[in-house]
Amino acid sequence: MATLELELAEEIVASPARRTRRLGMLFWAAIGWTVFVVAVAILAPVLPLPSPTDMDMLERRAPISALHWLGTDALGRDELARVAYGARISLTVGLFAPVIGLTIGGALGMLAGYFRGRFESFVVGSMDVLLAFPPLILALAVTAYLGQSVLNLTCILGVLGIPAFMRVARASTLTLARREFVIAAEALGATHARILIRELLPNVALPLLAFFLLGVAVTIVVEGALSFLGLGVPPPISSWGSMIGEGRESLEVAPMLAFVPAIAMFLTVLSFNLVGDTLRALTDPRQGAL
Amino acid sequence: MHGNPTMAARTPLLKVDNLVVEYPLGTRTIHAVSDVSLAIARGETLGLVGESGCGKSTLGRAVLQLRRATSGRVQFDGEELTALQGDALRRIRHRMQLIFQDPIASLNPRRRIGDIIAEPLVIAGVRDANKRQELVWEVLSAVGLDPALVVGRLPHEFSGGQCQRICIARALVLNPEFIICDEPVSALDVSIRAQILNLLEEMKQRFGLTLLFIAHDLAVVKAVSDRVAVMYLGRLCEVGPSAQLFEKPAHPYTALLIEAIPVPDPEVRPTEGVAVGEPPSPMAPPSGCRFRTRCPRADARCASEVPELRPIATGQYVACHHPLIAG
Amino acid sequence: MSGPALLSIEDVVVELPTPRGNLRAVDHVDLSMAAGQALGIVGESGCGKTMLSRAILQLLPKKARLSGRVMFDGQDLVRLNPEALRKLRARGIAVVFQDPMTSLNPVLTIGTQLVETLQEHLGLDAVAARRRSAELLAAVGIPAPEQRLDQYPHQLSGGMRQRVVIAIALCCEPKLLIADEPTTALDVTIQAQILDLLAREQRRRHMAMILITHDLGVVAGRTDEVAVMYAGRVVERAPTRNLFKHMQMPYTAALLAAIPKLDAAPHTPLAAIPGRPPDPTRPLKGCSFAPRCRHVGEQCLREKPALTPADNQGHCYACFHPLEFAAGVSA
Repeated sequence: MATLELELAEEIVASPARRTRRLGMLFWAAIGWTVFVVAVAILAPVLPLPSPTDMDMLERRAPISALHWLGTDALGRDELARVAYGARISLTVGLFAPVIGLTIGGALGMLAGYFRGRFESFVVGSMDVLLAFPPLILALAVTAYLGQSVLNLTCILGVLGIPAFMRVARASTLTLARREFVIAAEALGATHARILIRELLPNVALPLLAFFLLGVAVTIVVEGALSFLGLGVPPPISSWGSMIGEGRESLEVAPMLAFVPAIAMFLTVLSFNLVGDTLRALTDPRQGAL
Repeated sequence: MHGNPTMAARTPLLKVDNLVVEYPLGTRTIHAVSDVSLAIARGETLGLVGESGCGKSTLGRAVLQLRRATSGRVQFDGEELTALQGDALRRIRHRMQLIFQDPIASLNPRRRIGDIIAEPLVIAGVRDANKRQELVWEVLSAVGLDPALVVGRLPHEFSGGQCQRICIARALVLNPEFIICDEPVSALDVSIRAQILNLLEEMKQRFGLTLLFIAHDLAVVKAVSDRVAVMYLGRLCEVGPSAQLFEKPAHPYTALLIEAIPVPDPEVRPTEGVAVGEPPSPMAPPSGCRFRTRCPRADARCASEVPELRPIATGQYVACHHPLIAG
Repeated sequence: MSGPALLSIEDVVVELPTPRGNLRAVDHVDLSMAAGQALGIVGESGCGKTMLSRAILQLLPKKARLSGRVMFDGQDLVRLNPEALRKLRARGIAVVFQDPMTSLNPVLTIGTQLVETLQEHLGLDAVAARRRSAELLAAVGIPAPEQRLDQYPHQLSGGMRQRVVIAIALCCEPKLLIADEPTTALDVTIQAQILDLLAREQRRRHMAMILITHDLGVVAGRTDEVAVMYAGRVVERAPTRNLFKHMQMPYTAALLAAIPKLDAAPHTPLAAIPGRPPDPTRPLKGCSFAPRCRHVGEQCLREKPALTPADNQGHCYACFHPLEFAAGVSA
């Protein structure tokens, strides 16, 4: 009989102790805020909030009161409701645009890094061309031609994000594609598709996911900036960015109108960043023992 | 007739003819393998030994068609591998397997051991999940691991020696006929090395395997091989039965390798100054005999004429113009 | 041991806090060596030999805790101030590590790295330093030294790089050279050359040398004394010849038996040691080798054996059931 591994039981049982690292308070706070904001965004229509479009001309720029928990804006609309509905827009664009980048860019990057050669040169070259376009001008050109809408905005921001995701996926794939476990899969007769999906993807997915969360944060800010300039979502739809833009005029009289959406955006972006960073650090597969 | 001088008497399981592997690096070419021919009989272990840069790993990969050869033929059980593509090549892969040097890097860090070992079965088309589990458990027990404790875990929870056992299990699960072991114990500690070598021998007996054992450690190669081939800078220097080769080496390089091994005996004073010089670069190999820049016996003929493998003793072949024993 | 001790390691303990618990890398080690002596430290990975060498050099990771004394040339290195320690590093103790590629700065030429060290520690001017560098490279067997000075590490082969590392280590005439697995990453013929070089330089300069390795063959012909380490402790120590001729500790004997011998017939089963080294975060109550030892007894599981002398020539071992073992005879 082959020389058996003694003490295997004790060694193996000892390992799981390593997994549970203490997640900081900050991480849980970030998770909490993210969950809260997403919940509010999804449930906004069913929450007992006043309508965000009802204008009450008598209560314009009103301070905090029992009727309007966060006051009203320049047109008498309830600020709290507007922030809640604004979250819907900001999060929709913020989450779905990077998804476009993740799927298309991630796939292109993995294929480029795996197959190399002319295909890779073509992909990298095209991404370089895309990156060379000034993003703001491109966004403007698209919205001018196709019209301003949430869908168009999401699509253009998504497309602009593809090169970055492609880079991350390709870099990961390049490091992994020549490692022995991939060659082992090839030696077993696995098809390219199988290698890409079962061997490479689980390893590339994590850096991509971490980058995705950072991408969400960036997209929210970019959408906010565009809307602030009036080039993003068209009125009467409002996102946090356009609310900040409108609040600019009332800064001396009612600074809350600009600050409340700004704080909401700040906290949300910060939370996504924190969760993304922590997730990346936690799930790093440690190579070798102590 | 143009016969492969190293062919064993029985029909060989693996036959390599005039294999050449060259690949470009920038503007220059690396001559990794230059015109190597060998044959391995069924049930035999052929050891392939040489230092880094000699092309032994490249040869192993080229045999398995993981790296396309520039020219030459590789026949496995009569089938010409270089002519196969796609599915036909994938099907024959189930009969030939590979074990690597770095056991931890050979396992996907994100997959569980049970999945990793079941993977070959899935690729081979074993649909029944119960049957797969049965085979996985069987092979894990065979390599000395307790399946219940191992299948649900990830590679980083295991030591180098245990990972190598898992790799061996993965290689065995499809019941292959031929396994190439590419430096399987070099990355392991001395006491674990012996365990794994014994395990390989036992698995060979139990499963009736044919092995190509690649290593740079002569003593390790001798311990497991029936015949040994010595490689230097892409060419074979000498081939012969293990015991005979080490007792009476014919090629000066083989003698040099034997001299250089540190012997754990304080009475044996290491002879100083025997090993001289460094191996030349595979991008610019010397003309004629590639070992001539380090060989004390080299002369003009060695620079102009490439020595061919020729018989020098029973079963022993050498590629040298001035071998150490008279042929 | 002849003459007063140049280096004396007294009851050194090195502990590292890890997420899995406290790791005791070095567990109460005592060692000493005289000037000009060659000591070999043999052990497998995880036995603590690298941590011990770091402890001597005071190059331990920040989180490590060290207790005990490391007396070098009369001074306790543990308590020395950083400035004095830095001066000592080149002129007193020098190191050669395993991987020459990471020991050399890849963006500086060989010449720059050598000249820097010479100027810093010997105060030579640029011209003199360059000349001396070329001399050093020639002394370590590098052909065309003048040209090599202007080359970068990646342009040299592994063996050449290790020679350069040795040249840098020797350039300030250290009293002690620590070579931590200097040839493990090199081919066997290059290994022989590098080991010859080290032995030659050691003899010529009457320099003390610690050769750390996992290979008993490497220390057999090139050291005066050998210490075998297992799980953080020295388990046997003796003048080299005595160690191989009269092994006492079963681990040493098992280690020797596990090496494939060139004069054995093919397919001889190897005498493998079952099991694995213990987890350093979970030290065992008794002898660390007990779970794998063929001669294990009651006492071995309860108490840790202390180093006891075997004779009056400096051979000591830590075992309750020592063998009377001569190298070459199978157990």
